[in-house]
Amino acid sequence: MERKEWPLWEVFVRSRNGLDHKHCGSVHAPDAKLALQVARDVYTRRQEGVSLWVVQADHIVASDPDAKPELFDPAEDKIYRHPTFYQLPDEVNHM
Amino acid sequence: MYTQALDIPQQNTEAKGPRTIENPAYQAEFDAKIDAGGYIEAKDWMPESYRKTLVRQISQHAHSEIVGMLPEGNWITRAPTLKRKAILLAKVQDEGGHGLYLYAAAETLGVSRDELLDALHSGRAKYSSIFNYPTLTWADIGVVGWLVDGAAIMNQIPLCKCSYGPYARAMVRICKEESFHQRQGYDLLLTMMKGTEEQRDMVQDAVNRWWWPSIMMFGPHDKDSTHSAQSSRWGIKRISNDDLRQKFVDATVEQAKVLGVTMPDPELKWNEARGHYDFGAIDWDEFWNVVDGHGQGNVDRLAARVKAWDDGAWVREAALEYARKHDARDSRAA
Ligand SMILES: [Fe+2]
Ligand SMILES: [Fe+2]
Repeated sequence: MERKEWPLWEVFVRSRNGLDHKHCGSVHAPDAKLALQVARDVYTRRQEGVSLWVVQADHIVASDPDAKPELFDPAEDKIYRHPTFYQLPDEVNHM
Repeated sequence: MYTQALDIPQQNTEAKGPRTIENPAYQAEFDAKIDAGGYIEAKDWMPESYRKTLVRQISQHAHSEIVGMLPEGNWITRAPTLKRKAILLAKVQDEGGHGLYLYAAAETLGVSRDELLDALHSGRAKYSSIFNYPTLTWADIGVVGWLVDGAAIMNQIPLCKCSYGPYARAMVRICKEESFHQRQGYDLLLTMMKGTEEQRDMVQDAVNRWWWPSIMMFGPHDKDSTHSAQSSRWGIKRISNDDLRQKFVDATVEQAKVLGVTMPDPELKWNEARGHYDFGAIDWDEFWNVVDGHGQGNVDRLAARVKAWDDGAWVREAALEYARKHDARDSRAA
């Protein structure tokens, strides 16, 4: 199919102040201004947000699903990074 | 279900997108994930047949949402009050949104929205045959909300937990919005039932026409459903067609009593032993006739879709050209 398609944008919504923007889906739009407009119509029809981000989808760099072991497994045996690793005397264990 | 045509042979979508080349190690990992009730995400390896089934099911579902805008959109200009017009506009807009969530989910599987729309417009792809029935009176708008959206909800809730993450998340969003659709329909009918004799007759007439098509939305009987076994193995289909249909019948018969209408089925009666309502035989010839494109609305619906797409072509092209020009100007300035 010839390149007449509008590019894909990923949409992030902040549901209310104090919270992070969270990925909620994607839209097609010719440019950033219209991407915001379309995202507003598609993802915030019921006050789901107070702020929107749109990012052109091919600008997102994602980790390789095959690299899951070397990226994330090393954290598995580092339980000393968690507070519960440390057994303190009862009197101070609420620390 | 909006994806009933899954039980119907259809052309394959071309292969690209996620990695699907056969690999025993990946297959084992995939099977383990499915068995554990986990999610498959867009970039994960998946069997090609799983990918194809999903593209077919999700796009069929998306097509149904946007074709489903037509029978109701038909009544926006004729809504009896400003309140009902605003409600119907919001509902039809939601259905457009549902279509868009679902096209986006399908796109994660390596097909583009334009390709999928092309399959719809050229008649290669199916959509739910329920939308090929005409909406003859205002009461139809209420009955569509109550029964058609009601049946869709029954079908869609299990999909919120389906194994493909992007589809499951789209379904969660959709299900949240569907409840409004069903309730506004029922509310519309309650209002009409409190009106004149003529209005009550309109409601009964609409129920008579929509009842059987609604229960056909759950698709063929389990014994005739070709894809069900594989789909439940993959966690795409969690509850069988017949079980969902029974659930729907049991729920709506009670709602009909409150409304004061009857279903056009003399064999409909409570079965104490089963703890369910029994109902008459479904006319599957009519079902297949409409699925195969001979329903009253098939030609009109597709023509309306194609016209909207073609009439909008210059807008899509102009917007893209405008964006290109601005991009060029921005990079020269930089
Ligand atoms: Fe919908
Ligand atoms: Fe709906």
